[in-house]
Amino acid sequence: MASKNRKPPRVGDQPGFRRALIAAVLVVTAIFIVAPLVVIGVQAFSQGWAVYATAIADPDTLHAILLTVTTALIAVPINTAFGVAAAWAITKFDFWGRRFLLVVIEIPFSISPIVAGVAYLFVYGLQGLFGPALQSADIKILFALPGIVLASMFVTAPFVARELIPLMQAQGRDLEEAATSLGASGWRTFFSVTLPNIRWALLYGVVLCNARVMGEFGAVSVVSGNIRGQTNTLPLHIELLYHDYQTAGAFAAASILAVLAVVTLVAKVLLERRGAGRGGRPTLAANQTVPETTT
Amino acid sequence: MKIRLDTVVKTFDTFRAVHGVSLEIESGELVALLGPSGSGKTTILRMVAGLEYADGGKIYFGDEDATDIPVRDRGVGFVFQHYALFPHMTVAENIAFGMKVSKVKRSKAEIAARVADLLRLVKLDGLGERFPGQISGGQRQRVALARALAVDPKVLLLDEPFGALDANVRRDLRRWLREIHEELAITTLFVTHDQEEALDLADRVVILKDGKIVQQGTPEEVCREPNSPFVMGFLGDTNRLPANVSGGRAVVGNAALPAPGVADGKAEIFVRPSDLDWTEHGDGVPAKILRVIDRPDGRRLLAATDQGETLELDVAPEIQAKAGDEGFVTVRRGRIFAAG
Amino acid sequence: MARRVLPGLPLALGITLVYVSIIVVLPLSALVYKAASLGFEDYWRIVSSGRALASYRVTALSALAATAFNLVFGFALAWVLVRYRFPGRRFIDALVDLPFALPTAVAGIALTALFAPNGWFGSILGEAGITVAYTPLGIMIAMAFTSLPFIVRTIQPVLEDLDPALEEAAQSLGGSDASIFARVILPLLTPAILAGVSLAFARSLGEFGAIIFIAGNQPFSTEITALLAFIRLEEYDYQAAAAIASVLLITAFLMLAVTNILQARALRYTARG
Repeated sequence: MASKNRKPPRVGDQPGFRRALIAAVLVVTAIFIVAPLVVIGVQAFSQGWAVYATAIADPDTLHAILLTVTTALIAVPINTAFGVAAAWAITKFDFWGRRFLLVVIEIPFSISPIVAGVAYLFVYGLQGLFGPALQSADIKILFALPGIVLASMFVTAPFVARELIPLMQAQGRDLEEAATSLGASGWRTFFSVTLPNIRWALLYGVVLCNARVMGEFGAVSVVSGNIRGQTNTLPLHIELLYHDYQTAGAFAAASILAVLAVVTLVAKVLLERRGAGRGGRPTLAANQTVPETTT
Repeated sequence: MKIRLDTVVKTFDTFRAVHGVSLEIESGELVALLGPSGSGKTTILRMVAGLEYADGGKIYFGDEDATDIPVRDRGVGFVFQHYALFPHMTVAENIAFGMKVSKVKRSKAEIAARVADLLRLVKLDGLGERFPGQISGGQRQRVALARALAVDPKVLLLDEPFGALDANVRRDLRRWLREIHEELAITTLFVTHDQEEALDLADRVVILKDGKIVQQGTPEEVCREPNSPFVMGFLGDTNRLPANVSGGRAVVGNAALPAPGVADGKAEIFVRPSDLDWTEHGDGVPAKILRVIDRPDGRRLLAATDQGETLELDVAPEIQAKAGDEGFVTVRRGRIFAAG
Repeated sequence: MARRVLPGLPLALGITLVYVSIIVVLPLSALVYKAASLGFEDYWRIVSSGRALASYRVTALSALAATAFNLVFGFALAWVLVRYRFPGRRFIDALVDLPFALPTAVAGIALTALFAPNGWFGSILGEAGITVAYTPLGIMIAMAFTSLPFIVRTIQPVLEDLDPALEEAAQSLGGSDASIFARVILPLLTPAILAGVSLAFARSLGEFGAIIFIAGNQPFSTEITALLAFIRLEEYDYQAAAAIASVLLITAFLMLAVTNILQARALRYTARG
């Protein structure tokens, strides 16, 4: 009598090959992904708790944390509103240039943050389009909070929209059309019909957007001017401490962002269990199998 | 190639899909595995193919124990329910696949010639350069068959071969598959939940329920001598009438039918709609017509007996009847099973 | 076109267009305008200077090497996560996104700490005569770290959704594992692989934060293009910064176009008619 629940081997199921491949992947993952996370903790506490606590409590560090949180509190909600509006417009209506708009929204995803930063200089900087006018009106955008927020919004522009669009596309327009045909207003329809269906995907987008805003380095480093205690966000502050050879301080500050990253990952896993993220997204494979009706 | 299954068992996690099925398929025979979903028919087919391994029992191909031979060495041709054509290969490349990966090396010219032959066999000449996404469902089905035949299988296995097709395409393909089978005489086993398909196509029908064989035989045998209410009901529309059996006669209403070999006591008579007649007077079960459904080949009457059961009768188009009419249902022939 | 039933298009589209115009289109146009106002000769002189060329070279080659590494490792990772069940699989699955979630500056100092000559790995590699930090190899490692999720996350869902019947069909036709992998699985994954590879490559070309800590940033050897643009800014040479940034921008657009063309090609067989 044969053993129970034996499955015929699929491609790559030979035990030797399987074990070797899993082992190889685990080793490289440990070196490549786990070790960087571990080394942050080790370095941050290399001189003990006291030094760590002092480093975190340093006024400049605290100010950097405050600035980073402020930036996120402004940029993330605006970005979210934009993402929802864009997804609503693109998925619930047909209009000329719809596909082009989709491409434009995705652009920041493939552009170097340095390019984004430089581009902002040429809008609001003294060399830029509005720079002289802004200076004479005494409005400070660059090397100040507004510039940091704008640059953060650029790099994260697609984050919320790209989580919502595939989902709302797949959900179609029937529910909203039914709701409006029953006399619900647009806002009512959105809040009582659309939002409940997209809330996890929305939260997912917000979580990823927040992580990127708080961690953005390149674009912000161009537009912020790196003024210690004034326009240093936490990632910039890490660089400053690191180049000042305050390694323990740099890693202490980095550990805060590393914790944020871990929290983001946990939130991501939890939200994916509720169907957000790639689970709800059509993949390239959808185009690959010959479409067929199931009986 | 003769195939023999000897008390084959398969369990998925805790669900027992197949309970000790024994079955013989003669060389060159065309056999249908017929059953409702969950009856284990696809699991049996996949075990014959080697796509699942049996937990218990043996599967023989000829005299060889094939139970543990992996699918790639088993020499079966398998046609998948949704065909599983390789979407990135043309029709010709799909058909050539088995020959290209075979241990037996063939020249390009040989393969091309064989592909051309097979395309002709399945009547798809000229479509070799199309991709599966560019042809119709019925054409895909034939490509899948040609691909399976290309490796000269000892056995041909088809999983719901016509399940995904329109009714009219289905009928044509059925006849055509029968012709191909007669031409090639490959031992063939196919799975279906459609009794019409099984009866139309197969030499022998194996009816399954809950992982067990309930009856097997030629279409004639299973149609004329169904051995259980399940088989009776599964093969077509049935009416069920309560009856009392005594001394070899079953009494229903104020009429009686011969019931040889049925024990005295309560019984049930199963009758096809076409084996019931409607008369305004006479012996039978008193009933009232609820509805008349007209069809091209006759009329179907829905009638309620005075016991409250609804009967369906297929009668000739010239029978006069309308809703509200009262009369009698007579039983021309039926199968009587002791109630249980 | 059907009459619009749902309300809210003017508001939603209005918000979208205003945001996209101010946040995305305006700055990029300003950059293009600034670069274009240089005049062809000046522009060419800046973007073809020896230092700029050297930066393209080290950026492109490192990105290529990082992408090649990720193609192998990322594919293996996606394969292992989808096809095998083993303890810790879900943990590894979650960890794949760490490079997305971890700020680049943090990744930069962490990788530097690991691969510096006195670091955990740097000291071991140093004994073998391999220097990672402050060499192009360090750039490659930083790029590979930050772009890994792009490859894994584009291949993984497609591999998950591959119809198992295709593999069974290939097996029933007598295919060996190697031939099924090469003739069926790999071709079906090709669009996803190409998408992942081009995304990862584009990301590597533009990466800044993770690299500058580990790269050494020596002109002509370990100075990436994004850093060169940054340095020109710090030197108040705005024209040069605009020109070099525009090169990165054009490359990004080219990569986008290439990605779309490659995918369309790989999917040509799904076209009907």
